[in-house]
Amino acid sequence: MGRGMGRFLLRRAVNYVILVFIAASFTYFLASSYLEPIVNFLSKHPQPPLSSIHNILRSRNLDPNTPLVQRYWTWITNILFHGNFGQTFDGNSVNSEMGRRIFVSTELLLVATLVSTVSGVAWGAWNALRQYRPSDRISTVVSYLLLATPTPVIAISLETVDQWMGVPVQYTGMYDPGAQGTWSVITSNMQHLILPTITLFLIQATLFSRYQRGTMLDVLGSDFLRTARAKGLTRRQAVLKHGLRTAVIPVMPLLVYNIVLLFTGATFTEKIFGWHGMGEWLVDSITQNDVNAVGAIAVFTAVLVLIAGLLSDLVYAALDPRVRS
Amino acid sequence: MTTPASSLLASDAVLAVRDLRVSFPSEAGLVQAVRGIDFSLRRGETLALVGESGSGKSVTATSVLGLLPEGAQVSGSVRLEGRELLHLSDGEMSKIRGKEMGMVFQDPLSALTPVFSIGTQLVEALQVHQDLNDKAARARALELLDLVGIPDPKRRIDAFPHEFSGGMRQRAVIAMAIANDPKVIIADEPTTALDVTIQAQVLEVLKKAQEVTGAAILMITHDLGVVAGMADRVQVMYAGRPVESGLADDVFYTPHMPYTIGLLSAVPRMDEGGEKKALTPLEGNPPSMVSLPQGCPFAARCPIAVDVCREVEPELKASADGLLSACHRSTEIGDSVPREEMFPTPDVPAHDRSPRESRPAVLKVDGLIKHFPLMKGSVFKRRVGTVRAVDGLDFDIREGETFALVGESGCGKTTTLLQILELPKAQAGSVVVLGKETKSLNGKGRRELRRDMQVVFQDPMASLDSRMPIGDILAEPMKTHGWSKDRIAARVPELLSLVGLLPEHAERYPTEFSGGQRQRIGIARALALDPKLIVLDEPVSALDVSIQAGVINLLDELKVKLGLSYLFVAHDLSVIRHIADRVAVMYLGRIVELGDADSVFGQPSHPYTQALLSAVPLPDPRKERERRRILLTGDLPSPADVPSGCRFRTRCPKIGGLSAADAERCHTEDPAVQALGADHTAACHYAAALEVV
Repeated sequence: MGRGMGRFLLRRAVNYVILVFIAASFTYFLASSYLEPIVNFLSKHPQPPLSSIHNILRSRNLDPNTPLVQRYWTWITNILFHGNFGQTFDGNSVNSEMGRRIFVSTELLLVATLVSTVSGVAWGAWNALRQYRPSDRISTVVSYLLLATPTPVIAISLETVDQWMGVPVQYTGMYDPGAQGTWSVITSNMQHLILPTITLFLIQATLFSRYQRGTMLDVLGSDFLRTARAKGLTRRQAVLKHGLRTAVIPVMPLLVYNIVLLFTGATFTEKIFGWHGMGEWLVDSITQNDVNAVGAIAVFTAVLVLIAGLLSDLVYAALDPRVRS
Repeated sequence: MTTPASSLLASDAVLAVRDLRVSFPSEAGLVQAVRGIDFSLRRGETLALVGESGSGKSVTATSVLGLLPEGAQVSGSVRLEGRELLHLSDGEMSKIRGKEMGMVFQDPLSALTPVFSIGTQLVEALQVHQDLNDKAARARALELLDLVGIPDPKRRIDAFPHEFSGGMRQRAVIAMAIANDPKVIIADEPTTALDVTIQAQVLEVLKKAQEVTGAAILMITHDLGVVAGMADRVQVMYAGRPVESGLADDVFYTPHMPYTIGLLSAVPRMDEGGEKKALTPLEGNPPSMVSLPQGCPFAARCPIAVDVCREVEPELKASADGLLSACHRSTEIGDSVPREEMFPTPDVPAHDRSPRESRPAVLKVDGLIKHFPLMKGSVFKRRVGTVRAVDGLDFDIREGETFALVGESGCGKTTTLLQILELPKAQAGSVVVLGKETKSLNGKGRRELRRDMQVVFQDPMASLDSRMPIGDILAEPMKTHGWSKDRIAARVPELLSLVGLLPEHAERYPTEFSGGQRQRIGIARALALDPKLIVLDEPVSALDVSIQAGVINLLDELKVKLGLSYLFVAHDLSVIRHIADRVAVMYLGRIVELGDADSVFGQPSHPYTQALLSAVPLPDPRKERERRRILLTGDLPSPADVPSGCRFRTRCPKIGGLSAADAERCHTEDPAVQALGADHTAACHYAAALEVV
């Protein structure tokens, strides 16, 4: 790699930062125009006086009487100069809420992602090697079945299985609120992690395996694999060393984008299993007319796209010498 | 096989194949790709398996190595130094592959793993079979790369395949094949994808590798010229079986099987100029390997077939002249049945043309230049140089003549064609088609001119829309130019019969036709609008020799019949020798030698032309043994980095023999075109004729 690559990535990064800014600004305008946080207060019983509602809203930069451009300016300068994403409609700090939720999502996704990446690639490659054999045909049917099943159905089916099996697998929340002491909280947390992880794993691994199977099939008939075998490698060695190594390259951008964007994309899984992560927040903030939270999520998602783009470029360049030069 | 010849060979054979049969299940039924093949290979010997596509030669090679796809059914015997290889497990075979047997494949561009460096792949080949540490393996890898002629191996060893040219990659593949001193090297069309100059280099490397390792070579090829230069013995394959086998000279000079005779007479010969003669086509197509007809599979195409040929398939048996031939009439051939004129040669169409000077020019190209900017960066592109694809081209084509452009890939032939076809508005230099300067044409004039200039492409499979019936394909250009329905309906059958197809073929789809027939359809489409000039871009290079001859004859016939002119691009110089009236040799975007075909082929005067012609193998073993090749060193320089002075000087075989003062001129002065004869020019300071064919 070297300097050329560094400069190339730097240029990319500048492009992406501009894109993040534009995407976040548009989202803010859209959210401020269509979401009406005032409704949250008007529907309270008893209804607070209108003047105090406007006062509260003004203090949170949500007052519809303030011109939109002015609200936008306050919002963007606070982010740019103070790193402050403002307050939620009910007065909490968006920053601390976001921090907590990113942590939750990270915990939820870490294991699921690692396991589904490795097993998705392996499963796909194995299917490709056994193309049209019964195992491949069954895999194909199961994959399409899973891919066609909406996430809530998978998640709820798993819950049913759990109810039937009982402990140690737990399904709602991050841990048992009754758990006492660090150790038992951690244990309980792990138990609660099992079902959402399986849900995410089933969806992700299946998707990855289909792509991996396709790229692997392209490689299996290739001349260089024949050369590798003609050198004296067994079919297995040739496939693992030369075939898989080449066939994972085109899958990488898909993997990276999918994994990174799952941070705000695991909405159903988080909602159903009661994990208060970013995906849940995305939906909740919209239904709660929470303009600042929506804005913060927009920035966060745009940054994720940026990271995914850079990461997939890096991974691609690391794996494929042809793009380096 | 109990003939004396084969038992003699079997005694000291390294590789002995007996009654090998391979079949694959397919949707249409069982494909019998190889139907009983026998051969023996002795140490240091080269055996060529020759045949057209689908004859089973590549499958034979793959089954010897045990690399057949799963599902293939194999029977018979393959013995390496007496050890039976068929039905060995993959693990056992992998100990033999790459160690006892090395393999060189057809397409060097795809034969190497793109993500590993050349060194890594070569070291792997060594370490799979030998207990070498990394340092020792690398040292040996460097030796091997040096042996196969890769310049500066220390620097190149860590390069990736995409940084190597085709010829260099093939050298690297050969280095891998000989890494462990194999007893047998199997080369499957090793030079088919390469330019003639590079082909000559790679064949030399292969010969050298054979000398160093003492290996036997099993060479699989369709190119009879390569066979003549390389093989000690030849086995001709047809429909999955050997039909003729023996010493190279005997097979080439006294064949006793009509297919061999037909194949040899269908090849255009670069060493036969002068009197223009039609080629001898081998009509028909090989039979389907799923449902073979009863009797001899060649009977349908054989001019001397008798009743027994259609009932019983002949065995491969001793005929005469030390050959084994599979023909019921083999003993009569060369005796009561003469080889000459066995296959009918069509009459050459009458060719009465007025002298060249008095004929009008259909295409005149003056100072044509096409430079491409060389860009870098994938988001923000910036210009880092210029690719001089076409760098000042002058030539003209007169009515009724065939003008050929030849040169290695990357010399600018295709760019030239595209520039002429595009009729560009903005360009350096001028292109005058039928007296009209293309630069000054408006949209309507351009459209009218396109009607007079048509094109036939290289790949007859890809250039026809497989979802359109032939009739629609032929009607399309006429519709575009606003012909009436009735006129089109009358024209389609006329076109089909013009190219030797039947009017009822209009209903069928391209997939129902063979390659040769599809190319005829491509030609018919080009003829639809009665053009004056046809641009032919490698029109026969995708076709087998036996089919190619018929298409070339058709082109010759149409030219005379319809008064056409051709701009012909091909890499096969023998084809060009046969078809062209005038030839231009291109090197790095310039024409280095131009003239009538007899002068350019007979007295080539530019050192590049001489090297190019000397690199073409002739299908004649005796001539091949006597010929001395002018081997060019290295690859074509990049057109982005054209050498100073004479652009050929970096590879010129002549410059070494010049005095320092004379050579200085080549370094500094771009040679001007100088006249050598009535219609013969060359751009070389020291042009001198040399006979090389």
